[in-house]
Amino acid sequence: MASGKEIRGQIRSVKNTQKITRAMEMVAASKMRKAQDRMSASRPYAQRLRAVAQHISQASPEYHHAYLEEREVKRVGFVVVTSDRGLCGGLNNNLFKLLLGELKRWHDQGVEIDFCPIGQKASMFFRRFGGKVLAQATQLGDAPGIDDVIGVVKVMLDAYDNGEIDRLYVVHNEFVNTMTQKPTVSQLLPVVAEEPDAELSRHPWDYIYEQDAKELLSQILARYIESQVYQGVVENIACEQAARMVAMKSASDNAGNIIEDLQLAYNKARQAAITQELSEIVAGAAAV
Amino acid sequence: MAITMHVDIVSAEEAIYSGPAEMLVASAENGDIGILPHHSPLLTMLKPGEVRVVKIGGEPEYYYVSGGMLEVLPHTVTVLADTAMRADSVDEAAAIRAKNEAQQALKDYSSAVDYARAQAELAEAVGQLQTIQRMRKKYGR
Repeated sequence: MASGKEIRGQIRSVKNTQKITRAMEMVAASKMRKAQDRMSASRPYAQRLRAVAQHISQASPEYHHAYLEEREVKRVGFVVVTSDRGLCGGLNNNLFKLLLGELKRWHDQGVEIDFCPIGQKASMFFRRFGGKVLAQATQLGDAPGIDDVIGVVKVMLDAYDNGEIDRLYVVHNEFVNTMTQKPTVSQLLPVVAEEPDAELSRHPWDYIYEQDAKELLSQILARYIESQVYQGVVENIACEQAARMVAMKSASDNAGNIIEDLQLAYNKARQAAITQELSEIVAGAAAV
Repeated sequence: MAITMHVDIVSAEEAIYSGPAEMLVASAENGDIGILPHHSPLLTMLKPGEVRVVKIGGEPEYYYVSGGMLEVLPHTVTVLADTAMRADSVDEAAAIRAKNEAQQALKDYSSAVDYARAQAELAEAVGQLQTIQRMRKKYGR
């Protein structure tokens, strides 16, 4: 049996770990709240822009933009959004698992894939397992701005414009609630009309364009894609903090259990030592 | 009561205004435009400048946007304001930065994904997590 002093040392070290995990839990909780606020603050823009993009895809424009046209798929692009840091449970692993399934499916069809990782973990994933990476963005911090994603999105849009990729997807975690985060894949390009607006699709119509329709549509659709990716990034941060909070909470609980067990062992060892000492004294007294 | 339309002013990072209005004036690329209810569908880019929303009762409210877009539908007007500095040269620079970062991080990458290895390692990681959860349930922790 370990001596009392050794066990005391162990208890101290586990207590220190518990302090750290508890602090991380609290930090994650407060960051999660802020991330959630940011997520809901940026949602209206993404929704409105999405609505505009939907209207455009439903209108019968004089000019058909490449972003709205379905074409034969030879290469696809994936924007993969993950966290920069670990210690957040299975968040990133679950995302990669979903991604691998998707990749496998395209691979089996003979379609090649380009990647654009956002976040350190995605970057590391492709560094380890290979994959053609066109652009990446890491270390975005807790409060990324839209300008953080403009660069990577532009690279992917250029690739689409040049015919290097024929479809673009974004993979990120969806924030369901604090306990649940769901990895999702959504198509960015070509823009697909999801729920046709009954009133708008009754008869053909088109916008009045103040300037050149082509220029205008390119800018709007580029912003649409940017906002979708940005929304994904912001949502993923909320997921990361939620997952970290839960992971750290269970780590603190586990540390508590270990401390209890160790405390019991320590008390037993102490008692045994006292008993032994007593019996030695008694034996010594009897011998005299 | 005056005829009104619904106005939304949103930027990528937050919602700025949402509510009914009698008129909206914004500086479009080709000059200022005023929008009244039942305007035909219109789509245009905005220049940096102010957006004036005339609320019910004729009270104006001013917002500054550093560019963006204006979408007009018969009953709703949406201003999508930019928050970031937008210019082709700025965007281009950002794109080059993103490309460089990728090249630096992946100097010795192979362009084929190693599915077998990735799957094996992921399965291991997921397995570990599941085992931990199962143990926790079993021992009631």
